[in-house]
Amino acid sequence: MTFRKYLVLFGVSAFAATGDSLISRGMKQVGSISLHHLADIVLVVLHPQIALGIALLLAFFACYMTALSWADLTYVLPATSVSYILLTLLAKFYLHETVSLNRWIGILLISAGVGFVTQGPALTPVPHPSEPECVSAASRESVPQ
Amino acid sequence: MSQLHAWGAVVVIVLASTVGDVLLSRAMKQVGDVGKLRRQAGVLAVIGRTLRNSSFVLGVTAMAVAFYSLLFGLSWGDVSLVVPASTSLTFVTNAVAAHFFLHEKVDHRRWLAALLVGGGVILLAL
Repeated sequence: MTFRKYLVLFGVSAFAATGDSLISRGMKQVGSISLHHLADIVLVVLHPQIALGIALLLAFFACYMTALSWADLTYVLPATSVSYILLTLLAKFYLHETVSLNRWIGILLISAGVGFVTQGPALTPVPHPSEPECVSAASRESVPQ
Repeated sequence: MSQLHAWGAVVVIVLASTVGDVLLSRAMKQVGDVGKLRRQAGVLAVIGRTLRNSSFVLGVTAMAVAFYSLLFGLSWGDVSLVVPASTSLTFVTNAVAAHFFLHEKVDHRRWLAALLVGGGVILLAL
């Protein structure tokens, strides 16, 4: 794992958290959309916060696809759950919301999960087709000459 | 009855997003390391190769199904039930699906991570 790859994983988390919160705030400003005025759902993309939120979610998707091109799904998903931690910290320090003890314990569990998964390898090694699976490099070295 | 509908929506969301994630992961492994490919052939080649991949198109379709099921689920049940239940269950079903369909090595560390994150997401929503 290189620094650039960790940056892509952080991009997945940061773009998801900021994109979701911007769209959420934008939709609250727009208000509820009636089923009789479905054209409004198309027009909401012109709202600056929602437009920026959509742009950030597109950046999230590009980073997510990039991460999946060189890492396992079972690595990327827990590793990028940092977004939940970012969302809670954003709620506490930017939106000044009250964060309950339950949520802090939740953050602790997620942090532990992220720590566990990022200690391991990012990608399951694929055995080379020309090399029999049972004969690993280590076992070949241990064969007496 | 609406509670039953909400749980039905949760099941559809979990299934559709798991299928979507597995297909997108398979598609990107077929496309190859995006960083290397971009340096060799450029960004447009990466985008073209990704969009032409049938697993990618199916994966995005499954994600769209999950998104619309979430909208229906939210209209039938509470957000505090539908969102944490579907998100946390998806972490677990993804680990199972990745093991069987993507042949990923899901060791104890990854299982524990999926369960911890799933549990954490439930606590965040309480």
